[in-house]
Amino acid sequence: MRGNFSIIAKMFSASVVAAGLMAAPARAADDTIKVGILHSLSGTMAISETTLKDAMLMLIDEQNAKGGLLGKKLEAVVVDPASNWPLFAEKARELISKDKVAAVFGCWTSVSRKSVLPVFSELDNILFYPVQYEGEESERNVFYTGAAPNQQAIPAVDYLMSEDGGSVKRWVLEGTDYVYPRTTNKILEAYLKSKGVAAEDIMVNYTPFGFADWQTEVSAIKKFGSAGKKTAVVSTVNGDANVPFYKELGNQGIKAEDIPVMAFSVGEEELAGLDTAPLVGHLAAWNYFESIDTPENKKFIADWHKFIKNDKRTTNDPMEAHYIGFNMWVKAVEKAGTTDPDKVIDAMVGVSVPNLTGGYATMMPNHHITKPVLIGEIQADGQFETVSRTPGLVMGDEWSDYLPDSKDLISDWRKPLSCGNFNVATGKCGGKGTN
Amino acid sequence: MTLIRTIGLTLLFLLAMLSSSGAGEADLRATIAKFATAKGFSDIGAVVHELTATGDPTVERPLSALADGNLYIRKADSLVFVGKEAGESVQLFDPLGSEASGEAAKDDVTKIKVNNTLRRVIRDALGTLTLGAKDPAARLAAADTMFKTPDASNIEPLDTAIAKETVAGVKALLEQARAASVLVSDRPEADKLAAVALIGTRGDRDAVSLLTSVESSASGAVKDAATAAIASINSTLALWDAGQNIWYGISLGSVLLLAAIGLAITFGVMGVINMAHGEMVMLGAYTTFVVQQVIRTSFPGLFDWSLVIALPLAFLVAAFVGLIIERGVIRFLYGRPLETLLATWGVSLILQQAVRSIFGPTNQEVGNPSWMSGSFDIGQLAITWNRLWILVFALTVFGMLLYVMKRTPWGLQMRAVTANRRMAASMGIRTPWVDALTFALGSGIAGIAGVALSQIDNVSPNLGRGYIIDSFMVVVFGGVGNLWGTLVGAFSLGIVNKVLEPYAGAVLGKIVVLVLIILFIQKRPRGLFALKGRAVEA
Repeated sequence: MRGNFSIIAKMFSASVVAAGLMAAPARAADDTIKVGILHSLSGTMAISETTLKDAMLMLIDEQNAKGGLLGKKLEAVVVDPASNWPLFAEKARELISKDKVAAVFGCWTSVSRKSVLPVFSELDNILFYPVQYEGEESERNVFYTGAAPNQQAIPAVDYLMSEDGGSVKRWVLEGTDYVYPRTTNKILEAYLKSKGVAAEDIMVNYTPFGFADWQTEVSAIKKFGSAGKKTAVVSTVNGDANVPFYKELGNQGIKAEDIPVMAFSVGEEELAGLDTAPLVGHLAAWNYFESIDTPENKKFIADWHKFIKNDKRTTNDPMEAHYIGFNMWVKAVEKAGTTDPDKVIDAMVGVSVPNLTGGYATMMPNHHITKPVLIGEIQADGQFETVSRTPGLVMGDEWSDYLPDSKDLISDWRKPLSCGNFNVATGKCGGKGTN
Repeated sequence: MTLIRTIGLTLLFLLAMLSSSGAGEADLRATIAKFATAKGFSDIGAVVHELTATGDPTVERPLSALADGNLYIRKADSLVFVGKEAGESVQLFDPLGSEASGEAAKDDVTKIKVNNTLRRVIRDALGTLTLGAKDPAARLAAADTMFKTPDASNIEPLDTAIAKETVAGVKALLEQARAASVLVSDRPEADKLAAVALIGTRGDRDAVSLLTSVESSASGAVKDAATAAIASINSTLALWDAGQNIWYGISLGSVLLLAAIGLAITFGVMGVINMAHGEMVMLGAYTTFVVQQVIRTSFPGLFDWSLVIALPLAFLVAAFVGLIIERGVIRFLYGRPLETLLATWGVSLILQQAVRSIFGPTNQEVGNPSWMSGSFDIGQLAITWNRLWILVFALTVFGMLLYVMKRTPWGLQMRAVTANRRMAASMGIRTPWVDALTFALGSGIAGIAGVALSQIDNVSPNLGRGYIIDSFMVVVFGGVGNLWGTLVGAFSLGIVNKVLEPYAGAVLGKIVVLVLIILFIQKRPRGLFALKGRAVEA
């Protein structure tokens, strides 16, 4: 029977292929739920974003193996915005209008996120953004599953100021020249000054994207560090420029015991391209490390190796963010009983799912999540050893308390407030952040 | 002689007696066992202090193992071992002796965690312990540590060490370490003034660092002396800084030269606007990666030779790809610069994506052989080995290329075809083959540049992107068609960039350099060394 049927089906489908092309997508939309994946698979950002695409495919596969969602299978729609910011907006529009996806997981750089924001609010869809970022934003259609500055930068600086971290008194803020480092450094400078650090004990320096010749910068750091006070570098240097930066640090003999470098954009993936022996002891602040010893994490790593068919591939913080974001979305869809973005957005707030570090992540009314903050030291095997961990979970704070023009703003997307930039001083919704 | 030797022996004997009576081996073991129950870094730090307080040199072994993250606790019986990781298991050794104590699976032992603060504590503690080491290098390291972490209690052991020291260099550093310790002690002012003078002669950043902290805590004559010493050191350091910037400039220039030299052939000599030039560099870097991968798995002893082995291979791989590009695409497009530009741009995207599909989008690790790691000092100039070798390498490649162009029949044919293609063809030169081989040569040289650049940059599919603009800039600035122009162009751009950088910052510095080049090209459109004569018009 089955054989007969499949032959008939084949003949049928072959004969109607041309005519059926029109009808096929419509039918597919009925029996699957489409999930958009908007990560660069070519161009400069492919180095980081390709991994996230693969992680999403793995999560969707696993959900389908568990029986899908609302009785339907999930179907991934992958597009390649090619590290081209305007193309991000175009591809987002294509995913929502043409492919009719229920939600989109994507973007890495802040500029790509900013470029798709208008598309998501116009077409009312959902974006899950998995990367640590500079804050100063809260949109109804975006869920920020990466860290806000207070979930990464501030605790990292606190650690360096503590006795365990070496009681640092002098600070180099070294960053790549774009919006995330500039905003983060502005927040950090204000924070350090509020802690009594003098202006001459802070040095801020920016380098261009993909900067490769770090000799002058590293020797300037050495010079700044020889003023008889304990010095540390806080690095917001972006992905690709990190390898030559660390190589130069190692070659010029800057040891972590003397001048530690605390990085916000260096994860397991970036270290994979480096010989880490000279870097032991340099630090990174994240909300997840591959080395975290929990059963959830072990399972996640094993699944990842199996999916990607390579035991050497590492896991990293943005992958965990997608893991959390995806599970939250699944839970919210089940709660709302529909994939209609409008209803899912309302159902998202308050959803709580386990993270990979042995705790829970909860979606807050400001569309940011709760996270533990971990400080790790680089080990000779390219992994991080956790040396400090916040006692509880930290709530993402979108509007920094240390910047004069955003300290009065709060965000709460629950009804009746439904506002991303409510000014508590004037009692009005709007002001900074309204584009 | 004999008398001295007898006294020395007696001293050694006494020392040995002291240490063995100070803390027996059982006591040491009991202290080391406390690591198993220590909670948090401060507890571990307390145990470290307790161990170093015994003054027993045998504690060096467990302590340096701890600093390196090689001290383990066996979960079953809470015993402490020095461990060596081997695959999924850890080989265990006795912490005081060196006898092997079997193996354990990774899950059955816990590594004792250390952080930077602890590493520093251990390093300082080891400094005092290794002051009497046999190896002069170890004593030098100890003296250096003690200089950087002065402590009044260090003066006496340092006095003993200075009296015993025979190596002049170590002795000088020991005396400086003693001076540093005197400054933080309550010795009389005259001693401190002498110490400031002694440290002042050191004349480097570490001296400034130390004197600055003295300046802020001392008073009276010592403070004034420190201020004067800092000022004098700083004025000499300013000169050294200028020298350092020039060196950085030369080093950046050598990188630019390496990246641009292949383009000086394909664009400079042949006139092909080759946007895929950067990808040839990338192919060279990936060849190095593959060579190192093979060496790592099959011939680990050859690792220091990996770059030498990679050089000819990188040349061949890139030259071969270059040959295919020339025969397959570029030969149809001679004389149509816009189409060439677009076509080679397309080729560059194809090559990038091909590498991405084969090797994956992430960075690949290319290791530095031992002779390319670290740095050495000339006066106050710190020169890193990898940069020095790249400079030597760039100049060698340049010299060889110059020889090929000027002294070989093939070079003559190349120049003939460039100067007047039809005349060269009538003289019996097979111009299509000369074109193909010239392009292959340019690509091959870009490939060997990739071997060198893999030592200082990311090996990722985007590697070439970072160099293409700079390479064109160098060739256009130096003068199209002139190898010497490329040399001078690369070094002047490098030096101007690096001299500007400390004042203007990296971002603004780069903009200033670009503006300067634009102005220069307005004045001299053909670059520094313009070709003259008929070839220009052809």
